[in-house]
Amino acid sequence: MEIATRTIGELHELLESKAVSATELAQGFLTRIEAVDPEIKAFITVTKETALEQAKAVDEKQARGEKLGALEGIPMALKDNLCTEGIRTTCSSKILDNFIPPYNATVTDKLKEAGAVLLGKLNMDEFAMGSSTENSGFFPTRNPWDLERVPGGSSGGSVAAVASDQAVFTLGSDTGGSIRQPAAFCGVVGLKPTYGLVSRYGLVAYASSLDQIGPVTKTVADNAWVLNAIAGHDAKDSTSVSLTTPDYTQFLSEDIRGLRIGVPQEYFGQGMDPQVEAVLQEAIRTYEGLGAIVEQCSLPHTEYAMPAYYLIATAEASSNLARYDGVRYGHRTESPEDILSMFCKTRAEGFGSEVKRRIMLGTYALSAGYYDAYYLKAQKVRTLIVRDFDQAFEKYDVLLSPTTPTTAFRIGEKSADPLTMYLSDVCTVPINLAGIPAMSIPAGFVDGLPVGMQLMGKHFAEGTLYKAAYAFEKNTPFHKVKPSLSQGGAR
Amino acid sequence: MKVYDRYEMVCGVEVHVELATKTKIFCNCSTEFGGEQNTHVCPVCLGLPGVLPVLNKEVVNLAIKAGLALNCEIADFSKFDRKNYFYPDAPKNFQTSQYDLPICKKGWLEYEVEGEKKRVGITRAHMEDDAGKLVHSGATISTSQESFVDYNRTGVPLLEIVSEPDMRSIPEVVGFLEELVRTIQYTEVSDCRMEQGSVRFDINVSLRPHGQQEFGTRTESKNLNSFSSVRRCLEYEIDRQAQLLDKGQTVVQETRTWDEGQGVTLSLRSKEEAHDYRYFPEPDLVPLVISREWVEEIRQSLPEMPARRRERYTSLGLTEYDAGVLTASKQLSDYFDEALQNYGEAKTLANWVMGEFSRLLNAKQASVEESPVKPKQLAELLTIIDKGTISGKIGKTVIEEMFVTGQSPEVIVKEKGLSQISDTSALLKIVDEVIAANPQSVEDFKAGKEKAMGFLVGQLMKATKGQANPGVVNSLLKEQLSKQ
Repeated sequence: MEIATRTIGELHELLESKAVSATELAQGFLTRIEAVDPEIKAFITVTKETALEQAKAVDEKQARGEKLGALEGIPMALKDNLCTEGIRTTCSSKILDNFIPPYNATVTDKLKEAGAVLLGKLNMDEFAMGSSTENSGFFPTRNPWDLERVPGGSSGGSVAAVASDQAVFTLGSDTGGSIRQPAAFCGVVGLKPTYGLVSRYGLVAYASSLDQIGPVTKTVADNAWVLNAIAGHDAKDSTSVSLTTPDYTQFLSEDIRGLRIGVPQEYFGQGMDPQVEAVLQEAIRTYEGLGAIVEQCSLPHTEYAMPAYYLIATAEASSNLARYDGVRYGHRTESPEDILSMFCKTRAEGFGSEVKRRIMLGTYALSAGYYDAYYLKAQKVRTLIVRDFDQAFEKYDVLLSPTTPTTAFRIGEKSADPLTMYLSDVCTVPINLAGIPAMSIPAGFVDGLPVGMQLMGKHFAEGTLYKAAYAFEKNTPFHKVKPSLSQGGAR
Repeated sequence: MKVYDRYEMVCGVEVHVELATKTKIFCNCSTEFGGEQNTHVCPVCLGLPGVLPVLNKEVVNLAIKAGLALNCEIADFSKFDRKNYFYPDAPKNFQTSQYDLPICKKGWLEYEVEGEKKRVGITRAHMEDDAGKLVHSGATISTSQESFVDYNRTGVPLLEIVSEPDMRSIPEVVGFLEELVRTIQYTEVSDCRMEQGSVRFDINVSLRPHGQQEFGTRTESKNLNSFSSVRRCLEYEIDRQAQLLDKGQTVVQETRTWDEGQGVTLSLRSKEEAHDYRYFPEPDLVPLVISREWVEEIRQSLPEMPARRRERYTSLGLTEYDAGVLTASKQLSDYFDEALQNYGEAKTLANWVMGEFSRLLNAKQASVEESPVKPKQLAELLTIIDKGTISGKIGKTVIEEMFVTGQSPEVIVKEKGLSQISDTSALLKIVDEVIAANPQSVEDFKAGKEKAMGFLVGQLMKATKGQANPGVVNSLLKEQLSKQ
């Protein structure tokens, strides 16, 4: 039986009807990883034993006649910046090459509790800094649609694994677009939830005020199922919001008549591939056909989002990454002369160049005499961006834009020029600054490469996003198209 | 010419106080002192990748309480900031502290120095987490082959109290620190165990010629944890600065460390080498919004502060000195107040508390709380002395017995048959016996030798084992002698 392409809902039914066991599922996916991942390189660690153990527990539960939860027995994988007790967690950095956390991230615990089966840990740009997964300290991940292209980043492994059917779903993290941009490049569904909806406890911090964990899935419905499992207040995260989360699957309705959609003109600016724009125009017509009211709107401070982001994110990162000093865990340089040289050499050897670049930028932005001009000013810009969105959401339920200005670029194409690389996040970065939820869903193809559409919502309006996304998905074929991998036959 | 004749010193202090919470400021680890190395630790206080802080509300309660005791304004809105610097005792390589919006500011403390009232401003008080403890194989981190870190103390809550540069002499500084520590102890927000390092002082001091308006260049001396170290450090540092200034040289603005063994301050880092801490708001914690109701609730729980108690005691007729001794510790003062509830003669009570009670307590090496004699029992003892049941002298024997057995004075007096004999008929018999047994003294008395009377009283007390009521004995003796 073909299982790899199936959705959570389909596999749940197969498990419930005993057409397949959780162990068979896990084994099936492990076999597929063995076959496919040598060319995709999505996994850093495959947790075969854990997966088979967890699957066995699910089978035993079912044998006792108990009903299975929505995610029970479903094979999944986690970005390698989410802590897993007893399982190496590297952030794709040499400085954490040997780090085995003694504790689980809250999302790890929640998925474990939900009975999901952990297949392994996924490649990323080092410490989530990057847009192509080329900044991994270990190896780049390849785009399943074209192995010569990047999968996007930083959650490149999370997205490539789902796009190549090596996992039913994965979790990524999104600080400036790190779930949505790769989801667009690889043609899957990726959500960055509202800041505070999902606990960050155990997510190795890049930029604390921007980081959010979110699901990467094959369909919108799957995404809602996963969010159900990971959302909600956590006493271990002071920034997690104390509210009762709804069942997100209740929003999956095709009827979006009267839904007000704003299209911010600033997101269709310079650097935009005309073919990508054409795909988006077609998507807008689809929405109009479904009875939504679509209008042009404006988010006037958009152009300042990128510089503000690169000040705030790097400032926080410079402090968050200070703890990697070789004293307690992770890499430590051989025979340092003194404590200062131990710090300096450990960090020089352990961090890659993009991480070093951002630490230096952030350190500079916070330095005496520069703080007001950079960090403080960036925070003021952030307030203006929040206001832009607040005003837009007075009129609209959802905002619509491309997720990225272009489709996936070639490996090596932008790695020599950080600024060009940064611009691939121009449509996603403002969302993190505002803290609102946004998702990327497949909207079409340009030259055989997926194009992502970004839907943005009000704080905690994930339900509205799911509704808009679900209606689009139901009325378009894009999510059903699969990349043709050389090893792809064995699905 | 002495230093003070040439220069005026200007001093301000920073005091780090460990707050007496059961658990650490951002995690649930124990704050207990002296555990085995690295046993009071968890992923959060070890700063492992991915962990987040959660503020212990009790820390805020204690900070507000201390702030109120120091007459500070309590902020409506306060936040934490990161203070970034690399050091192996700081697992995150930043300290979670408060920068521009501290929880307490604009307070003051009043105390007496050499009979004069002195008021010192409190600039601010803020919350932060403590660092771990380094143990080196050699003398310092740079000269050691190996260094070890104990993270048990990491994350213990601290309150950093910063004073205004209002102090002008060493007694003013030491007096301020004593009053500050006393005030903190009264609020019970810290046990202030200096020998365990739960209070630490940093001293900023500069000199200027008398009459000069602007301050001289200051140095900051760190690593002080006793009043005597503060005194010695200031003596050294003032002398050092004065010698430089005398020679026309300048004082370098720098951070120095006090070397207790050598009795000197040593340069740690100059202004140029000073850290740029790159403060910025802690993104992992939400800002603190402090309601006035919350502050008022804590204000209600504040005990009477030492200055106020001293005033009350002097109004009860105690000397300034006695009031000072009694309020030196809250425990002793609380003991005195509780006894006072049951025995109204403040002066007599004070004499007993500072005298016999303190002497016996010291001999036992016990704290006031550990005293086997409870305040109520001391009051009972003084009451039966006043009633004449026993004499004051017997009272001293009784309190000694009370320290041993913990029994009430009545029981001891009864069991040991110590009550005073005031019964005239019983005493009359003994008086007659003493007169009969000492004819020579009776003769001497008749011959006008007053001393003889004393001897006869002594004999009588001996015969009654000291239990005769001295007043009754005196009048009976006179009466019987006049009949001879």
